[in-house]
Amino acid sequence: MPQKNITISIKNLHKSFGDRKVLDGINMDIYAGETFVIMGPSGCGKSTLLRHLIGALRPDSGQVFFGDKDLASLSEVQKDQIRKKFGMSFQSSALLDSLSVEDNVSLPLKEHTHLDPNIISIIVKMKLALVGLRGVERLMTSMLSGGMRKRVGLARAIAMDPEIVFYDEPTAGLDPVMSAVIDHLILDLSKKLLITSVVVTHDMNSVFRIADRVAMLHLGKVLEVGTPEEIRNSKNKIVQQFIKGETEGPMNIIDKDDHPVAEVTE
Amino acid sequence: MVEFVKLSSEILYWVIAGPFRGKPVNHAHVFEQMVFMGAKSIGIVFFVTFFTGVVLAMQSAYQLSQFGATIYVASLVSVSLCRELGPVLTALVIAGRIGAAITAEIGSMKVSEQIEALETMAINPIRYLMVPKLLSLLVMLPCLTVIGDYSGMAGGYLVGVFNLKINSTLYIQTSMKFLDLKDIYTGLSKSFVFAAIIALVGCYQGIKTKGGAVGVGQATTRSVVVSFILIIVADCILTGVYYFSNM
Repeated sequence: MPQKNITISIKNLHKSFGDRKVLDGINMDIYAGETFVIMGPSGCGKSTLLRHLIGALRPDSGQVFFGDKDLASLSEVQKDQIRKKFGMSFQSSALLDSLSVEDNVSLPLKEHTHLDPNIISIIVKMKLALVGLRGVERLMTSMLSGGMRKRVGLARAIAMDPEIVFYDEPTAGLDPVMSAVIDHLILDLSKKLLITSVVVTHDMNSVFRIADRVAMLHLGKVLEVGTPEEIRNSKNKIVQQFIKGETEGPMNIIDKDDHPVAEVTE
Repeated sequence: MVEFVKLSSEILYWVIAGPFRGKPVNHAHVFEQMVFMGAKSIGIVFFVTFFTGVVLAMQSAYQLSQFGATIYVASLVSVSLCRELGPVLTALVIAGRIGAAITAEIGSMKVSEQIEALETMAINPIRYLMVPKLLSLLVMLPCLTVIGDYSGMAGGYLVGVFNLKINSTLYIQTSMKFLDLKDIYTGLSKSFVFAAIIALVGCYQGIKTKGGAVGVGQATTRSVVVSFILIIVADCILTGVYYFSNM
């Protein structure tokens, strides 16, 4: 059961790109130790929300509290102190392609600690073993398959023993089996390492496999927050349409002029 | 323009303040860059300056022979190479080769979220990526310029000795007689400035890249074009300062 200590608190978050409102008053609390899933259709602002959580974007108004610190009010140096407690697994894995697998995973350790190279190399092996990889240390990242890249990205995200790991679409572009493997990994890591996980996804299988709690985002607003069971039995028609993947329903995929609703990309 | 100045000053800040803040640049990284930027550029710098030296000697020989002064081909080649053509040609070649590579690398890292990944790992991309590039180019471009000066003069020498039948010793003596120390150090000081231009423009265009593969291509082109223009303008200004002011 998740403890009720709030790790991240989002208060009335607003963000617009030009005329387009992407986040429209988001309120959310994420508890320590839980696996919190943010789901929603493409363009609902979930990736933008995630970028606010890691301090990559500044909110137009509202705050993101990490503990008792408001991220936007911190200097870069203070922000970096907090970021050392974060791990982030990117949608594209975002491995540095000029480096080998080992150098990628050890990068945060080399940059932020004064550990002996031998110890770093042991830690790297351990982290890679945690994500189920062995003997890949010397490979260049361009030689890896999609699933392996995700796992190396995960190993890098947990290299510094973070308190919170953010996952941006961890199963996007993977086959169903590999998606299940990644989901198990996320669960495994949060249990073994007692990590708070924040997962952004629109893969419904994944949502019901891993989530302690789920938030449904639509058009920049939080529609509903609850346990997977509560979401499954939600009365909200938009939520029902989304989790069942139906084309007919209250969710607009075509606007009034018959144009597909534009996806929000920065 | 404001952004460019801001980024440049941040890079310079990390060059100077990095060691004092316990974050000195990664030596292995700098040496790796020096091999890529310097050692692997020797071939192309040699070819460009060597043939420029040959052409310069042939063209000036035609003019000078009308006054019976072909011997001065030697000094014309050596002075114009050390003062002007060596530093500028080397810088232009390197802007095409290295400036473009810097922008393409940083640009594709930007569009594939790698820069963002560095930031979330609390690693400053300016310190981690850009500082080693600036430092290694500041060291390697003057070295390449020296090689360029020599190979250009070698080209001139071949024309002078084998085509114009100038005595070899006489050719070398004439080359050196008109060559001032000032010619050398103004040339080399220019190449420092050019190195800074190439690295800073390359980094700036890279980090500003938007929009996938097309964006990377456009940024790379812009990087080379802007570097070319700035190199020529800086060369003009520096030549004015060195030779047409009361320094």
